[in-house]
Amino acid sequence: MTVDPQELLGTVTAESGIAGTAPIDDTQVPSRARIVFRRFLHHKLAVVGLVFVVLLVLMAFVGIHLTKWKYTDHDFNALQVSPNSDHWFGTDLTGKDMFAATMRGAQKSIIIGLLVALMATGIAAIVGSFSGYFGRWVDRVLMWLVNMLLIVPSFLIIAILSPQFHNFWLFVVLLGMFIWQITARIVRGQTLSLREREYVLAAKYMGLSGPRIIARHILPNLASLLIIDATVNISVAVLTETGLSFFGFGVQPPDISLGTLISDAQTSATTFPWLFLFPAGFLTLFVLSVNLVGNGLRDALDPTSGQAR
Amino acid sequence: MVKFLARRLLNYIVLVFIATSMAYFLAALSLNPRANYEGRNPPIPKASIDRTLSSYNINDETPILTRYGHWLDGLVHGDFGRDWDGGSVNGNLGRKMWVSGQLLLIGTVLGGLVGIAAGAYAAVKQYRIPDNLLSTGAFVLLAMPVFVLAILLQVIASKLNDNVFGHRVFQFSGQYNPALSGGFFSHIGDRLNHLLLPTITLLLAGASYLMLYQRNAMLDVLGSDYVRTARAKGLRRGTALRRHALRTALIPSITLFTYAFATIFVGATFTEIIYGWHGMGEWFVTSIQSSDTNAVAAITMIVAILVLFASMLQDIVVGILDPRVRVG
Repeated sequence: MTVDPQELLGTVTAESGIAGTAPIDDTQVPSRARIVFRRFLHHKLAVVGLVFVVLLVLMAFVGIHLTKWKYTDHDFNALQVSPNSDHWFGTDLTGKDMFAATMRGAQKSIIIGLLVALMATGIAAIVGSFSGYFGRWVDRVLMWLVNMLLIVPSFLIIAILSPQFHNFWLFVVLLGMFIWQITARIVRGQTLSLREREYVLAAKYMGLSGPRIIARHILPNLASLLIIDATVNISVAVLTETGLSFFGFGVQPPDISLGTLISDAQTSATTFPWLFLFPAGFLTLFVLSVNLVGNGLRDALDPTSGQAR
Repeated sequence: MVKFLARRLLNYIVLVFIATSMAYFLAALSLNPRANYEGRNPPIPKASIDRTLSSYNINDETPILTRYGHWLDGLVHGDFGRDWDGGSVNGNLGRKMWVSGQLLLIGTVLGGLVGIAAGAYAAVKQYRIPDNLLSTGAFVLLAMPVFVLAILLQVIASKLNDNVFGHRVFQFSGQYNPALSGGFFSHIGDRLNHLLLPTITLLLAGASYLMLYQRNAMLDVLGSDYVRTARAKGLRRGTALRRHALRTALIPSITLFTYAFATIFVGATFTEIIYGWHGMGEWFVTSIQSSDTNAVAAITMIVAILVLFASMLQDIVVGILDPRVRVG
């Protein structure tokens, strides 16, 4: 139950007998979303980061159609040429256009990063809040699961299962499985203190069920934390995916990601630097921009956190 | 303190045992060493393959619990078993641990020191040029995966060699130059030169995270009353900063040490592969690729022990710095 301040004002004015005067519109308090947005805009670097994220995503998903080459094409008249007007990022040993390849790899990395981040934050929110709110055996079972997953040799599991990663979703689910535990613990800790708040107790005594209270009162109060976490998780997921793909334990051929491109370029990077510099530059710029946005969001949503200036 | 540490140690040992057993089961159930012998020309008879695999305790037709029992028995006697073609895992382990050890030890120690020093310095110089340079640098490094950093350094080194020096000043591949003639000192110099770029890679990767964290922790305490009190009672600025501000601000960073160590370890795997060092990280990747069950289990165990060691070290250092931990 939320109480609209205007309604309260309305009753007060009605009682004091001056009903009929205009509602106090001109003193309206800006909404929280607006405050957060304004604070975010105030953070120059974060805005630059956001602009770059948008530009890079556009480049990967729209820009790829601006060149006539496809990432599967081989231009046999231009083997291993440096960047020129025809092949903007040059070509590799087999005449593959590096611009098309980089953008295609970026698409893969960005999609995986987004999906994994959403999944990880989602799991963390559910597990952490249930564990903190219900306590007792729910807490014990869930926290045991969290601790277990922290010591499981995750790299080994992913590496062993990697030949199956032609199934894209399996890779996403596995990646998501291994990066939510720390957030779950933080959410649990926050829930433990939220659980004792008056409005949560009130909802409880009014007979609302546990999951409802979590969905309506606990999670909305953790929204800032979760939004920041999801943003940070995007860069974590992208870095993990490209790292695994670099070893050959991630995205499997014929599919490509920024990680496989960098891995292919590794041995010839000193002689043909463009094979390495473009995918690596895209990757670094993307992660850097996402991190900047994350920092800006943290300052805007949660000014009391340690990161605040 | 001793009781507290003993309890933590026991806890860690149980964790290492669980992690290692889990790795053994995973590897033994899903890797297929038999494939290394099948499909050869001329084909090897199945009975012969079975005999060989059984003698290395990696025969997939032996029940898994029997294999695990054999493996545990060997482990108790300090024997990690055989790799897929009969070589001793212990022998490999000894060699490769030394190779990785050089990288890890120097990388961790230097990375930790540089990260903390740079972070504290940046906090003291907040919003001035040194702070802006250091923070921006750390932020960019944080966005750069270790494999990108490692290859980038190689590219830069080779460009410098070609365009500035005209000959190979920086070595960017391998551990040493096998064709090198000359005395003891030229060999030492050669080793150090090969060590230079991989170490810088690990140092930067480990230091960047620690630096940003240390900067924040230091900023939190710089404005606090007790630092002002320390100054007011007549301590010099440097002394007050070191004894009162830095000491408190170190605690949260030290708790990150285990994390930083793990980062450096993963970083070392990339670094070894890119710089052609035949160490533990490279071995782990190749042993998974060649279905080497016993090697995989052994490496997992060593890594788990190293992480345990880093955590213990962290507990001890935090215990020394923060008296409240000792009571709790």
